[in-house]
Amino acid sequence: MRLRRALFGVLSVVLLGAAGFLFFSRQPALPAMQPASAVSFERALIAKGAELALIGNCNVCHSKQGGAPYAGGRPLKTPFGTVYATNITPDAETGIGVWSETAFLRAMREGVRRDGAHLYPAFPYDHYTKASVGDLRAIYAFLMTREPVRAETPNNELPFPWSERALIAGWKLLYFKAGELKPDPTLSAELNRGAYLVEGLAHCGACHTPRNHWGAEANDRYLGGGDIDGWHAPALNGASPAPVPWTSEQLFRYLTTGFEPPHGVAAGPMQPVANNLGMVAEQDVKAIAAYIGAMLGPATANRRPAPVAPEAQATSRPAGGDVKTANSDGAVIYAGACALCHEPTGQGFSAHGIALTSSKVVAMADARNLTHVILEGIDPPKASPAALMPGFGAAFTDTQIAALMAYLRATFSNQPAWSGLEETVREARQSAREP
Amino acid sequence: MLTLNINGRPHPVEAEAATPLLYALRDELGLNGAKFGCGLGQCGACTVLLDDRPILSCITPIAVTQGRQITTLEGLGGIDHPGPVQRAFIAEQAAQCGFCIAGMIMRAEGLLRRNAQPSDQEIRTHMRANLCRCGTHMRILAAVRRAAQAVRSAGVDTPPTQDARR
Repeated sequence: MRLRRALFGVLSVVLLGAAGFLFFSRQPALPAMQPASAVSFERALIAKGAELALIGNCNVCHSKQGGAPYAGGRPLKTPFGTVYATNITPDAETGIGVWSETAFLRAMREGVRRDGAHLYPAFPYDHYTKASVGDLRAIYAFLMTREPVRAETPNNELPFPWSERALIAGWKLLYFKAGELKPDPTLSAELNRGAYLVEGLAHCGACHTPRNHWGAEANDRYLGGGDIDGWHAPALNGASPAPVPWTSEQLFRYLTTGFEPPHGVAAGPMQPVANNLGMVAEQDVKAIAAYIGAMLGPATANRRPAPVAPEAQATSRPAGGDVKTANSDGAVIYAGACALCHEPTGQGFSAHGIALTSSKVVAMADARNLTHVILEGIDPPKASPAALMPGFGAAFTDTQIAALMAYLRATFSNQPAWSGLEETVREARQSAREP
Repeated sequence: MLTLNINGRPHPVEAEAATPLLYALRDELGLNGAKFGCGLGQCGACTVLLDDRPILSCITPIAVTQGRQITTLEGLGGIDHPGPVQRAFIAEQAAQCGFCIAGMIMRAEGLLRRNAQPSDQEIRTHMRANLCRCGTHMRILAAVRRAAQAVRSAGVDTPPTQDARR
């Protein structure tokens, strides 16, 4: 059985590779151009490109921690290996300084590098291809007028066969459809704008849609919840785990400020997205919120906040969950650490401690996000009145965090207990930043 | 009754398991080095070390410290025999009102125990959990750099840096 599976795997790879080679394994290289000077672009076009680049979150992947914006070098960990985001400043040697507009448009719309090689779909050209040529030209004008930064992109760490870019040609045959998104005449102008941004530049599905074995988004589970950097990107469709149904107005405030009681704070990989959307035209974020709101649909019966816990519960024992010993009792930890901001009832108060009873991270099936929040804390998003949530990674042991999480889940959600929490905490600690 | 291991010595305390460590330190044991600033883990004035890593003692219940080593400001040295980080903060005159300084020293100590050669960026990133509202940040940074140097060369004093003289 295992042998057959292995054979099937090898055969698939060989077939994919062959198909790739046969059909279009390499595109022609496009000529290098003289580096473009800032004056060759209209100011208005650059300004439009700046907003679209924020919506496209180019800065999030194409900047590494402590590095210059757009100078690349950020490692993107995929199940196939690590791909490094490239330098997209107009540096002639290490960036895209000699890329013509034609070469840039081809990369965004077809996922092909200037030299003709295929780009890994860690670069979300499956979404960017849906953007209009006018919008992509504006982004080109914006990027080409940034400060050139000399920064060599590290080599990708992909084992064979994934190291072979020709394979991507096969992947594209199966999963990539080039072309601009056309408006749906049955939808309002706002919903069409939202669809255009969500499915195109904003590429929400890159994190929020689950991926198949070949790393392509599973279209039958569009926005059904995915994974990113050890976090769960919750479902944005009817499967949303939010205990209080989102409204479009709440989504708009969440996306622009990073904080929306009763739902919570944009944390982890979502925080830079909210920071970006706080700086773009309101009507575009409203359109995104309207479209996601429509995807979420009406609230289902099982989505409702947990009944408010009486104060006494903060010192009572949770109903189920992980190991409890004298020094790792979830209720005691909650009372001595969390209750100071989140209140013994879990209701929180105003901009400080959010209400845990309506928090999505306590209610979702995936325990990783809450683990990250407890370990690392949450910096307040740029445009938000939220307080800083301190990290407890140094204060609590894995066992203590697991006990606390079991307590939170039992007390502040009406969802079944999580299992394997200590393992979840141990794994999250590997990728957690220092609090 | 719980027992806290503080600065290498066991201290039995009457406080309940959920009591924040800061309250046990100050109210029961008279260890007043750690300060009560905000009481909500926002300012860092209460920073102490737990197993060599900085934690906010105002939001850490004593229950989680069982069987682990707590280090407070008193554990680094006193007025007569200040430790290298304390000496660096004195040499750079890093305190204005001084309320945040105990926490700053403990936060810096936590960094230097793991990394005796921090870059400026690493110092800034590490220290940002602690607030100072007098505005002596540049002197605090200079003190941490000086402390790192002192820790590396085992306590040899060096003249004040540019930042401190300005």
